[in-house]
Amino acid sequence: MTPADGLGEVLDASDSRAVGSSGRITITLKIRRYNPEVRGEESWWDEFTIETDPDDRLLDALHQVKWYHDGTLALRRSCAHGICGSDAMMIDGRNALACKVIVRDVAPRVTIEPIRGLPVLKDLIVDMEPFFAGYRSVLPYLINDSGEPETERLQIPEERKRFDDTTKCILCAACTTSCPIFWGDDEYVGPAAIVNAHRFIYDSRDENAAERLEILSDKTGVFRCRTTFNCTEACPRGIEVTRAIQEVKRSILFDRF
Amino acid sequence: MTTFHTFDAVIVGAGGAGLRAAIEASDRVKTAVISKLYPTRSHTGTAQGGVCAALANVEEDSPEWHAFDTVKGGDYLVDQPAALLMTEEAVQAIYQLEHWGLPFDRTPEGKIDQRRFGGHTRNHGEAPVRRACYSADRTGHMILQTLYQQCVKRDVRFFNEFYVLDQLMSDGACAGVVAYELATGELHVFRSKAVLYATGGYGRMFKVSSNAHTLTGDGPSVLFRRGIPLQDMEFFQFHPTGVYKLGILLSEAVRGEGGILLNSEGERFMQRYAPTVMDLAPRDMVSRAIYQEIKEGRGVGPNRDAVYLDVRHLPRDVIEEKLPDVTEFARVYLGVEPTTEPVPIQPTAHYAMGGIPTNVDGQVVVGETETPVPGMYAAGECACVSVHGANRLGTNSLLDIVVFGRRGGKHMAEFAEQADLPELPDDKPEAPVREHLQALMNKPDGANAADIRSELQQQMFDLACVVRTEESLRKMQKILGGLHDRFEHVYVQDTGKMFNTELMEVVELGFLLDCADALVAAALARDESRGAHYREDHPLRDDANWLKHSLAYRQDDGSIRLETKPVKMGPYVPMERKY
Repeated sequence: MTPADGLGEVLDASDSRAVGSSGRITITLKIRRYNPEVRGEESWWDEFTIETDPDDRLLDALHQVKWYHDGTLALRRSCAHGICGSDAMMIDGRNALACKVIVRDVAPRVTIEPIRGLPVLKDLIVDMEPFFAGYRSVLPYLINDSGEPETERLQIPEERKRFDDTTKCILCAACTTSCPIFWGDDEYVGPAAIVNAHRFIYDSRDENAAERLEILSDKTGVFRCRTTFNCTEACPRGIEVTRAIQEVKRSILFDRF
Repeated sequence: MTTFHTFDAVIVGAGGAGLRAAIEASDRVKTAVISKLYPTRSHTGTAQGGVCAALANVEEDSPEWHAFDTVKGGDYLVDQPAALLMTEEAVQAIYQLEHWGLPFDRTPEGKIDQRRFGGHTRNHGEAPVRRACYSADRTGHMILQTLYQQCVKRDVRFFNEFYVLDQLMSDGACAGVVAYELATGELHVFRSKAVLYATGGYGRMFKVSSNAHTLTGDGPSVLFRRGIPLQDMEFFQFHPTGVYKLGILLSEAVRGEGGILLNSEGERFMQRYAPTVMDLAPRDMVSRAIYQEIKEGRGVGPNRDAVYLDVRHLPRDVIEEKLPDVTEFARVYLGVEPTTEPVPIQPTAHYAMGGIPTNVDGQVVVGETETPVPGMYAAGECACVSVHGANRLGTNSLLDIVVFGRRGGKHMAEFAEQADLPELPDDKPEAPVREHLQALMNKPDGANAADIRSELQQQMFDLACVVRTEESLRKMQKILGGLHDRFEHVYVQDTGKMFNTELMEVVELGFLLDCADALVAAALARDESRGAHYREDHPLRDDANWLKHSLAYRQDDGSIRLETKPVKMGPYVPMERKY
């Protein structure tokens, strides 16, 4: 077909489905608060009712609260379109990035809490250090001591595809902090660390899968996983996290590296 | 309480340029990376389409052709020796990333695959060339991840969620920086032989922007306040294809893979503006073309202020496998299904060509003589080498950060190996920052920062955007004066020390106002049109008077003084820019 075919419908200037907004709506944000400087160890709930565009991101609504109602509200954010991984939070009981949730889909009322299993520091901000410690423990970098060729190392598309899914990880912690095993067990490295190990274990250029599988066969590793699929559901990048974990389990049990 | 640290080298910012510099410096000297974000949150991660290098993996190519395109794309404001060096070093820079594990897409025989990108051509403009190395449409993500992985491997010392708020000098040389720790509200003094700024851009001064909320020009502004000039600030790139209203980037790779732009008549209008390369013309030309289409009534949408990006004719597997992220952006944020519907887009504030003036070793240089400031470095978007001139070509920013991040990091390590540790200017070098922050927090009420910010963004987008005039810029200058006055009385509600993100947002707004001052002053002075700087009242390029860089200095009385310095020429003689 020629590119202009079928443009009639979407070119209608009055079309508000693709372009434009359909009036403001009201939404109530119920937010779990915590601020040890002000109220000690007690956490509490605050509610803010605001008017927004239905197409706005939930992050925009949180900004509206912070900028016009309560400047003390603390949250992390940066890119605002689901790539930097700063604004993972629990939204109506499920982990998601606030910048990838559209207000229309959660109105008229939404409950927002910090992600679970990491120490809360202030409001929606948690201590990410234990999460990154788990990441670092799986040797998350290419290991190849065979010397570097003058040009690129060759890797055919099938080999490249083998680990494509796990290269998408943005380290937002939505998966790890949705995992009930992680909530109850400080030692478990958690789904995100395993995803990042997977990314190198199945990379044809890497030479140290054995050591990573050894690390993940430890009591803190993959066999803590009880396959609840929370991680896969939580991943804002659509990574099949549980499948990646299962592949690593299988490699530990059956493959010789 | 103030904490004092001592390092040989401090890198400010942990995006691509900062991390690349850290890899280079940390093996040799005691290095710290100070970043207001966790490194993997940096905006390098949102770059999509590719990074160019003349690998010639899929068709004939040469670094010299790449240099020509870069110079022409930059409307001859590019320093040609720097462009030749960057495009020459590009090839090794890509192999280095591959050796570190970057998962590039591959050709059937296993080499790095390459795709077309705007302004990149075969043999000096004959036809588009496949030069962009890529990893689906998340190339920046893979570069950021790979560089961070290498930093983890090297056990690089990071200070995450620390904001650098002041530069320390002694005897005209770098002595260190002052930083604010977000978690505690405490100040830290980093005494250091050398400092490299890699803080990224300042696109958040515009309403519709592809930039993260955190891209507020911190590094340029800190140095501007300390007397360092800012170069070529009038050149700010508007990327043609931002998600309508939101500004989220939809990669040029969409057009590289065959996507086209349509106006309300269903016409592929780029045929009229750039008959040879059409939709793959450089970004400044495409953004102006869109502006023109909208102005002449051929826009789409209820306000007729958008045009369409159309990929419906592309094979489904190309859309799903090579452009998965941008496809999802259209679905999530617009509710549009790109395989069956065209996507409404508009130009979005994207990239600062200008910034802190440096030479090709990342050294910060001042004045027409380009005198290096001892120990002071900059790289990446916050710097101006200048390899992008008046308009950056797509993919050249990712190349810039790895080439000049490496060169800056290397030079700073060599400098630190032989330099003595500088004295701090006095025993309370953090005092100005402390007073500034306390003044902000000690007001019972005052102006709302969000109001000031949204007015800045709206007015800059209306008056200092794709098209400018003397009248619009004078108006903007006046508005900026008023915004500064209001900023003097800005109110911070949160008086706490822990994670006071409100306080830091206000500080960032102050940085944005400074960068906007420099941008508007330089844009007003340059009464010609070149690259991304288009003056409707002076629509032609004026090489006789303006083939030169601008330098903006903040004066003690707050006003801005402008200087110029020559462009470094080379083999390419300026000619009319046609595609």
